[in-house]
Amino acid sequence: MSEHHRTSCAVQARFADNAVRPTNVVPVGVSAALRRIGRRLVPLWVTALLLLGPFRVDAGERVLTLGGSVTEIVFALGEQERLIGRDTTSSFPEAALTLPDVGYVRALSPEGVLSIEPDLIIAIEGSGPPEAVEVLKSAQVPWVTVPEGYDAQAVRRKIEVVAAALGVPDRGATLAAQIDAALADAIADASNERPPKVMFVLTMMGGRIMAAGAETSAEGIIRLAGGVNAMEGFEGYKQVSEEAVLAAAPDVILMMDRGGHAVSDADIVAHPALGQTPAAAKQAIVRLPGLLLLGFGPRTPQAVQRLSEALRAVQG
Amino acid sequence: MTLAASADRNSGLLGDRRQGARATLLLLAVLLGCVSVASLTVGASGASLWAALGQGLRGEEIGLRERVILFDIRLPRLVMGILVGAALAVAGAVMQGLFRNPLADPGLVGVSAGAGLGANAIIVLGAFLPATLQATLGYYSLPLAAFLGSWITTLLLYRIATRRGRTSVAVMLLGGIALAALTDALSGVLIYMADDAQLRDLTFWRLGSLAGATWDKVALAGPLIVVALAAAPFLARALNALALGEAPAAHLGIPVQRMKNIAILSVAAAVGAAVAVSGGIGFVGIVVPHLLRLLIGPDHRYLLPNAALLGAVLLLAADMISRSIIAPAELPIGIVTATLGGPFFLWILLRNRSLLDM
Repeated sequence: MSEHHRTSCAVQARFADNAVRPTNVVPVGVSAALRRIGRRLVPLWVTALLLLGPFRVDAGERVLTLGGSVTEIVFALGEQERLIGRDTTSSFPEAALTLPDVGYVRALSPEGVLSIEPDLIIAIEGSGPPEAVEVLKSAQVPWVTVPEGYDAQAVRRKIEVVAAALGVPDRGATLAAQIDAALADAIADASNERPPKVMFVLTMMGGRIMAAGAETSAEGIIRLAGGVNAMEGFEGYKQVSEEAVLAAAPDVILMMDRGGHAVSDADIVAHPALGQTPAAAKQAIVRLPGLLLLGFGPRTPQAVQRLSEALRAVQG
Repeated sequence: MTLAASADRNSGLLGDRRQGARATLLLLAVLLGCVSVASLTVGASGASLWAALGQGLRGEEIGLRERVILFDIRLPRLVMGILVGAALAVAGAVMQGLFRNPLADPGLVGVSAGAGLGANAIIVLGAFLPATLQATLGYYSLPLAAFLGSWITTLLLYRIATRRGRTSVAVMLLGGIALAALTDALSGVLIYMADDAQLRDLTFWRLGSLAGATWDKVALAGPLIVVALAAAPFLARALNALALGEAPAAHLGIPVQRMKNIAILSVAAAVGAAVAVSGGIGFVGIVVPHLLRLLIGPDHRYLLPNAALLGAVLLLAADMISRSIIAPAELPIGIVTATLGGPFFLWILLRNRSLLDM
């Protein structure tokens, strides 16, 4: 009896000891606390996954998007919950900024990309460098390239490719039709009998003007919004001479809205060449957010509309 | 300051420093081992070398992702870091010895400018290459063009500076500046032609990175660098003698012209290959040899092997910073080497001012 009693006492003591220990241990550091909270949330995650499971295709639960317009399309499709990372150029919508940034879209680091463990990468055409892409493909991470383009059809193509990659082609078709219609409306509204000559100024560092030539997204959006590119005869974004600016005689100057450190109207009027253009005389200077204007994503109808309104307003 | 006083403060400046140099060599070898292991262990992802080794030893299958990260990303990157770091540091030491100029670096023989021109040309004009050639070369066209660019520039400069079988170091120095100006101008034309994306590519290339390391690139650049580095020990005695001047070196029985040929060609091969696969990584070629001269003295027999080890250690350490500081993105390594190397070098200079003034 006494023997038995002693054992049970010992057992009780051990239990008591065990029960006391966790409260005695002060969690060291924030990470331990976070881990504990995370562990407590596990049942929640599991339930969520079990609930969502049957409605999901199995590929692409951890999606990395590369390219501002691609990320925007994923948000527009309502699939942003599946995003786990983005590149530096993906700055819209605001919620995208909270995702881990894997760096500039043309200078990716393979290990950086793999470290966030994507099971699907949707990348805009031209993502790279090629050797990084090859390594990622060798790690058997599915890779989908989205074609880039600067015309009305480009947005539809992008949406279709992204939606197919995410396994939601129906929703993609709906969104594409919706955006196509909005874009067609915006373009119809934008049509102008005497299209203004628009010069897109990318930068004006030290008074030197970098302007958009042919085959640029700036030219694409200017055309859709019922204008013509004032700068001709070169491709891409180039530094242009002051005489070329005078010869081009733009009716409107278009710039990116950089919030805070933008070039002021006074800077433009004071510039020896820009100041002499019809645009400066009428203060016809339009600023729009860069990704909205040049992204060729779901907000392009909005960009066309805002640009054409601005063009009409400054033309008077 | 008298010589005695300064010798007092820098004990070890006079007398036999071979002992110290050997100890440094051993220390650096151990350090390289440690940094190598660390470089396999540290990265943006949580992939662990030890876990993978354990799994391998137990005969378990290592996950594909871990395998790719460890063996196709980190390991080639480690090997390339060692090769490139050693190549840049040894080439710097050889150039400084050959030109008897503390500012000399491989850039002086046109390597960097030529490689830059080659890289610019392929980034901007690569699309105009015949389609079959593009298909065969793939992304090796860039390192190949950079290597060809550096090699052609160096050989051209060598021809310019060599008359009647004698290479004039002075002509090479000044000719190198002229040639670099010319190649930079050509690069400027290409930069003007480049579009937005190409401009970003050019900038990133100039800042250097080991991120693109693949086994194929190691196989391309490795043999050249190893062969060139293997030539360095044979140059050590000659470089020591050359410190007295070319004529005294010749009187000491050093085949000066042959030695110049070997030095210039091996530097061009090693640095050309290094720059081709990693882009422009500054400062290693200057900092490492000077640091070592302060530590172990100017004897090239010890300077060159020590430089190879320290160059490798520094580049691996810089690479670890470059890939983890803004993970999952990556900072170009040229930025890291210059940001850390610049102030550190200044500090060394200020601390040892009296020593350098002597």
